[in-house]
Amino acid sequence: MRNIWTIARRDFKTYFTSPIAYIVIAGFLAIMGWMFFFNLNHFFVENMKYQQLNMGKGVSITDGIIRPLFGNMNVVLLFLVPFITMRLFAEEKKLHTIELLMTSPVTLAEIIFGKFLSALMLVKVMLLVTLVYPIVLFMTGNPELGPIVTSYLGTILLCSCYLAIGLFFSALSENQIVAGALTFATGLFFWLISWATQSAGPVWSDILLHLSLINHYNNFGQGIINSTDVFYFLSFIGIGLFLTHRVLDSFRWR
Amino acid sequence: MIQVSHLSKLYGSRAAINDLNFEVSKGEIVGFLGPNGAGKSTTMKILTGFMPASEGKASVAGYDVFDHPIEVKRNVGYLPETPPVYPEMVVWDYLDFSARMHQIPSNQINQAIGSIIDKTGLGEVRKRLIGNLSKGFRQRVGLAQALIHNPQVLILDEPTVGLDPKQIIEIRELIKSLGGEHTIILSSHILPEVTATCQRIIVINQGRIVAEDTLDRLTLRLKKGLIYSMTVKNPSADGIRALEEVQGVTNVTAAGPKLVIQIDSGTQEIRDRIVEKAVTKGMGVLEFSAERVSLEEIFLQLTTDESGEAGA
Repeated sequence: MRNIWTIARRDFKTYFTSPIAYIVIAGFLAIMGWMFFFNLNHFFVENMKYQQLNMGKGVSITDGIIRPLFGNMNVVLLFLVPFITMRLFAEEKKLHTIELLMTSPVTLAEIIFGKFLSALMLVKVMLLVTLVYPIVLFMTGNPELGPIVTSYLGTILLCSCYLAIGLFFSALSENQIVAGALTFATGLFFWLISWATQSAGPVWSDILLHLSLINHYNNFGQGIINSTDVFYFLSFIGIGLFLTHRVLDSFRWR
Repeated sequence: MIQVSHLSKLYGSRAAINDLNFEVSKGEIVGFLGPNGAGKSTTMKILTGFMPASEGKASVAGYDVFDHPIEVKRNVGYLPETPPVYPEMVVWDYLDFSARMHQIPSNQINQAIGSIIDKTGLGEVRKRLIGNLSKGFRQRVGLAQALIHNPQVLILDEPTVGLDPKQIIEIRELIKSLGGEHTIILSSHILPEVTATCQRIIVINQGRIVAEDTLDRLTLRLKKGLIYSMTVKNPSADGIRALEEVQGVTNVTAAGPKLVIQIDSGTQEIRDRIVEKAVTKGMGVLEFSAERVSLEEIFLQLTTDESGEAGA
């Protein structure tokens, strides 16, 4: 455990001694702020219309702001996570510092968990700053707490899946750009895989739907924690990290 | 301290090392000598547990490299060919990280870093970014990293490559001072390197050990062991022929007044007889000296002989 923390701490610090963390966080917040502002604006305009036309209660804060906000956030993170993960192993290989890690008395699993944890911590820092949006909502309105909590949980799990993909490609390639591009493409693929359900047959459409990352996120957005979804995310992460382990181990045998 | 038996490593179908056998005892400084691509780095990577071997066994500090890699890694300090340093880290922080990676207890870390910085002469740069350091300092940081946990065995892959002459001497002195306390293997393709620091030399070529001995004995082992050079006043064909007849002389070549006399390595002292013969033949000896064959020549001879056989 101490070894994992040693590695995670060093990598986490490196995010902040290089421009990566600042660029990713600043970019993320700029886009999210923009999106939050227009979500809010749209929400007010819609509710105003409802009131003027006396059409009833209108859209809830959860459906009108929280869900679209997190939906957008997940897309933005799909773009940004590759920048977080691409250097993790690729850089170590390029600098030959991988030899330091691999000849230290730590296991390969500890190295991988350490790297995963460092990236996850950065994602959590990013999410921590977005808490300002719910706080604004609580100050001005009366949103439901449940969906906000589950949305954060779902986003963390979803991001962990991106991270696992990113770690895998970073282990595979010595080139950061290649690792990042493949991470993005694969993440997008697992995101959009559910589109094929419309044209696939009855059995295949079920399978494809189960494989889709976003499909498993949807429940979290509505305030539901379903054990199937949690299990899906955890096994996705597990398989990603396992494959990373295999890839790194196989480099030694070549 | 280190035992290697029948060690082989294949890259695809190409053997990087082939059936290596050697031992290193405690406190010894052993030099791996061989041309580039001879298999020195591969052997070292196997000994550090970085890479598994295809065949054979190796044990370091009493632990098998394949069965107990973690224990081996705990007892080995390794400086790879490229120092494994993070350019964006400060020297002190980097050593702190390597100390933690080697599970040095938190309350001893500062002391360990302090003493290693003194030993490797990093005091003046301890707060600087590694990326801004010169190659020499970076090499020392790499060496400090290998020494931080006070390992029993030190494995140094070309520790002085890319350094200027002054730095080379400093690093050599440092390595020498570490012998006795630590068991050291260092590799090099530069001969003065190993002659300056090592007690024993293992010459590797094309993945095989072609010679393994102390420097003195390695010199003696050479077939054309000794060469005398003699400058004479009146060189004559008759005189040269007479010299060749002296027992133990294998060849005499003349370039003007300078004669080069090759001696069979097993021969007793015959210098007096050579000079006597030259004088009686009226050549008039002006100068006589013994030339030691340098390790370069031994090395070239060993490696070229071997490659000739392998190619056949």
